[in-house]
Amino acid sequence: MSNSTDSWSRFDRRERLLRFFGLLAGLVILVAAWRAMEVNYGYAVTAPRELADLFGRMYPPNVGYSRKIVGPLLETINISILGTALAIVMAIPVAFLGASNTAPNKPAYLLGKFIISFTRSVNVIIWALIFVVIFGPGALAGVLAISIRSIGFTAKLIAEAIEEIDRGSVEAITAAGASPVDVLIYSIVPQIKPAFISVATLRWDINVRASTIIGFVGAGGIGVPLQTEINYFNWEAVLTILISILGLVLISEAISAYLRKKVM
Amino acid sequence: MLTVDNLEKTYDSGDKALKGVSFEVSGNEIVAIIGPSGAGKSTLVRSINRLTEPTAGRVSLDDTEVTGLDKSALRDVRRDMGMIFQEFNLVERLTVMENILSGRLGYLSTWNAFRRNFPPEDIKRAREILSRVNLEGVENNRADELSGGQRQRVGIARAVIQRPKILLADEPTSALDPDTSREVMSLLTDIAHEDDIPIIINIHEVDLAVDYADRIIGLSDGEIVFNGPPDDLDQAARDKIYRGGESIADREGPSAGSSTDSDDVIAERGD
Repeated sequence: MSNSTDSWSRFDRRERLLRFFGLLAGLVILVAAWRAMEVNYGYAVTAPRELADLFGRMYPPNVGYSRKIVGPLLETINISILGTALAIVMAIPVAFLGASNTAPNKPAYLLGKFIISFTRSVNVIIWALIFVVIFGPGALAGVLAISIRSIGFTAKLIAEAIEEIDRGSVEAITAAGASPVDVLIYSIVPQIKPAFISVATLRWDINVRASTIIGFVGAGGIGVPLQTEINYFNWEAVLTILISILGLVLISEAISAYLRKKVM
Repeated sequence: MLTVDNLEKTYDSGDKALKGVSFEVSGNEIVAIIGPSGAGKSTLVRSINRLTEPTAGRVSLDDTEVTGLDKSALRDVRRDMGMIFQEFNLVERLTVMENILSGRLGYLSTWNAFRRNFPPEDIKRAREILSRVNLEGVENNRADELSGGQRQRVGIARAVIQRPKILLADEPTSALDPDTSREVMSLLTDIAHEDDIPIIINIHEVDLAVDYADRIIGLSDGEIVFNGPPDDLDQAARDKIYRGGESIADREGPSAGSSTDSDDVIAERGD
């Protein structure tokens, strides 16, 4: 290779080799994973026919059945609202710990960060399974699963809002002789209010969707009859439930979007 | 009476912002602190109520030594010192009334602060101050709806409602246009005379300082290099504050035009 000024390459030889073997390793993993799945291609061939068959059995939806799901639907909404409310109550102190400018000391800050990561790392279905074992099947387990799962998300976003506040008014109120709690109430809380409302409604919207599936493990809501009807092959009833879930999710999304727009 | 005695501030970075500053302020005196950027003006004003913690020296308000107080006693003495800021430092999302009343938080229990439950005499006084600073009619507007001049008047009202023994103003006019700056300065001088309290104003516009202050303190590189009435602030004194003693004639030499008087010093105000 000539050491002239008119040749230039982005990577040297060693970097090119590394990149080549990196790409090769990625392809090997992909192929190995695909083979390990042992896909039955026969099923894939018959899938369109099965789909048409399933839809044929689902249609038309069982309109009469819709009266029976009003209760479970209301329970789903209740679980999402109660779960979100409980999550917020628990998330607020965690958020103040997990924000670098309000944490009282370093260990408290790390504790806040740990709670945020830990509650987020476990899926809502797993939380629901745990709480069904502890409190038995029903809506209580669902509310707890939803709320614990939501702490991390809610606390993290509120903590970010706390870290982004304008320090000026904090300083001014401190200079007037106010205590740290007064500063919190009078300067920090008004500043994070829009973010707080936006986070709470967004999380509620997510929780409505989560509340529709936790019934699969017995934690209450519309998921309970959904699983039952699937087990009994009552496909017309299943379609009724699916349509009702779609409606519920669309409504909750619209409400949450409206509220978030309003506080911005 | 405020006494500042040999005050020093060395930042963690090693910068010596104040190198033993001493002065006294009393009566209803308006004291302007002038000096180039980085001279330590802001550090000095903020060290008086310990928003910036001084590293050595003493600050005393009447018989209370502010330096050396514990947190709770410091909060009590801060109630006697009103502060006005360059960027107003209002809670933008709260109303004008709430912002003014926040000056009384030092006297309110946490529970009453939480419920915004201020005693009737505070509210009465807030309304009086509203008319004093010419803000009648906007008390229920949010602070972020106001103009810069109006916001600074809310900031002044918040400091005045404390019934302070002294006002500290940290560059109160820097974010305002020239006309509004003069309005704010005359409002501050009125307050000093009517409430009979001294005001320390840290300011970089020398002409404003000369027009409104009773006394000027010139700060250069963390030290007081001038302390006297505005009439004594001659060219030599200005050179000392802004050019470390070097005169304009020396620096500009033969090419100096006819404008090399005080205007030039103002241009040097060090933004």
